[in-house]
Amino acid sequence: MVHAVKQVHTLEGPVTLESGEALSEVTVAFETWGTLDADKGNAILICHALTGDSHAASAPEEELPGWWETMVGPGRAIDTDRYFVICSNVLGGCMGTTGPSSVNPETGRPFGTDFPVVTIGDMVRVQAGLVDHLGIGRLHAVIGGSVGGMQVLSWCRQFPERVGSGVALATTMRHSALSIAFNEVARQSIVSDPNWNKGHYYGGERPALGLSVARMIGHITYLSDDAMHRKFGRRLQGRDEFSFDFDAEFQVESYLHYQGAKFVDRFDANSLLYITKAADYFDVEEGLRDGGALDRMAELRHPFLVVSYTSDWLYPTYQNRAIVSLFKRHGVDVSFCEIEASCGHDAFLLPSDRLTTILTGFLGKGAHA
Amino acid sequence: MPESLNNLRFDLSIIASWVRPGSRVLGLGCGDGELLHALKRHKKVSETGIEIDEAQVARCIERGLTVVQGDMNEEVRDYPDDFFDYVICSQTLQQAYDPSGLIREMLRIGKHAVVSFPNFCHWRIRLQMLASGHVPRTRELPYEWHDTPNIRVLSLNDFRRFADEVGFSIRREAAINSRDIRVTGTRVRVWPNLRATYGIYLIGR
Repeated sequence: MVHAVKQVHTLEGPVTLESGEALSEVTVAFETWGTLDADKGNAILICHALTGDSHAASAPEEELPGWWETMVGPGRAIDTDRYFVICSNVLGGCMGTTGPSSVNPETGRPFGTDFPVVTIGDMVRVQAGLVDHLGIGRLHAVIGGSVGGMQVLSWCRQFPERVGSGVALATTMRHSALSIAFNEVARQSIVSDPNWNKGHYYGGERPALGLSVARMIGHITYLSDDAMHRKFGRRLQGRDEFSFDFDAEFQVESYLHYQGAKFVDRFDANSLLYITKAADYFDVEEGLRDGGALDRMAELRHPFLVVSYTSDWLYPTYQNRAIVSLFKRHGVDVSFCEIEASCGHDAFLLPSDRLTTILTGFLGKGAHA
Repeated sequence: MPESLNNLRFDLSIIASWVRPGSRVLGLGCGDGELLHALKRHKKVSETGIEIDEAQVARCIERGLTVVQGDMNEEVRDYPDDFFDYVICSQTLQQAYDPSGLIREMLRIGKHAVVSFPNFCHWRIRLQMLASGHVPRTRELPYEWHDTPNIRVLSLNDFRRFADEVGFSIRREAAINSRDIRVTGTRVRVWPNLRATYGIYLIGR
């Protein structure tokens, strides 16, 4: 019944990308939970964020919890007793789907930076290919937070008929200069690591230092002033007095070092370059507005839900409200809730009774025909 | 037992009776969505609510209602002209910063609007003020001067005059009196400005 062991599907190419380049084939890693109804009307696609993967939830026999374990499962908001839930790793990622660390069939060696630049729209086209393969036309819902929310918006732009309903959490229609700036610092940290070697490091030492600093920067943007104050304040780690040197003395420093080091073990530096770039290029407003996608969603009465968090300063409430405003102007059935949370952008990944309540109600209302 | 429109609060049941089945309805300051939920269920309306309080918004979404969290004065602006058949502002006009601007927007995005408010010229209020020398407190307006969310008060006569000044037409009027609005009430036909605790109006351009 509940089945969440990672599977792969290969899309036969060439898969043409927005940049005009093409990949001869694309492998997609994905997991599913629950059972697809006979009419195939109960499928929900979850889109993961920047460094996530297909492992949104664990199966009973698996030990490793998923990144959205508290939201996805039997009796949870995204109820796997009721819905057939799909989550796939994004194009350009490093968790099983084709990306810069995959082998280039032309050379027999990893792509590295020979991998073509991909966009959020390309990621979505690959997801649509997987959904086709599973025999599903219209999804009951497409759900994602942060960069996953960008994918949800892109789904609306590219396939409004197939998005039976959409949920975008803590996201934006386009990166602000602030968001691009943080991403660029993260990328510069990677490319200035001597081990990066213009992206061709797979045979040798990895740019671990650069990648860990990139992750540290990311983590700062996922928290908030308040959350950091509560979590760390100015407390020192493992000592009572200053050591008057440059070791990690403050708890917040050792936390960032730990997060950085942990990340290096599971993530590929080039994938971070590609996915952050895709997020920076993302600008969906014009496409939604002028392409007729929102008018189509309004006509079909496919509902949409936007959720923001009060302390999110990466994609603040005003950027989420801009989505709501655009959807309203086109007559789309759109709901919006700003959840009070002190933990910053990360809030959408944390257990929340409020989000559970809202998601349960919203997913139930579009009761699939 | 399935709830019916008769189980609604008395003033809301009057509003509900004015709404045509299958229409598109916007509820301003919709609270926990009691009225919209009943209209959706019993009159098959397409509903949208605007509500500022997060917990109330969550309750609405939990009930399967479409609702946008925000300030109604701002949120009305995005909707296209004539998008709704009815825009309902139940008991919140006295909290609006710019009532004439709000009503203009309501009648831009809606073909009709419904407005209801507590009547400040009910005889009990008049008497209280005269006798006690304090700003009146009643069931309908239960606040002290320093903690009230109502930044203005008005009477049924004031609203009629306001209609002439702003230039909208009153299509239907219900003056009601109820000791406890949650349970029951009566329509007031004689001397409404003196005897009604609430006024409810269906208005158009």
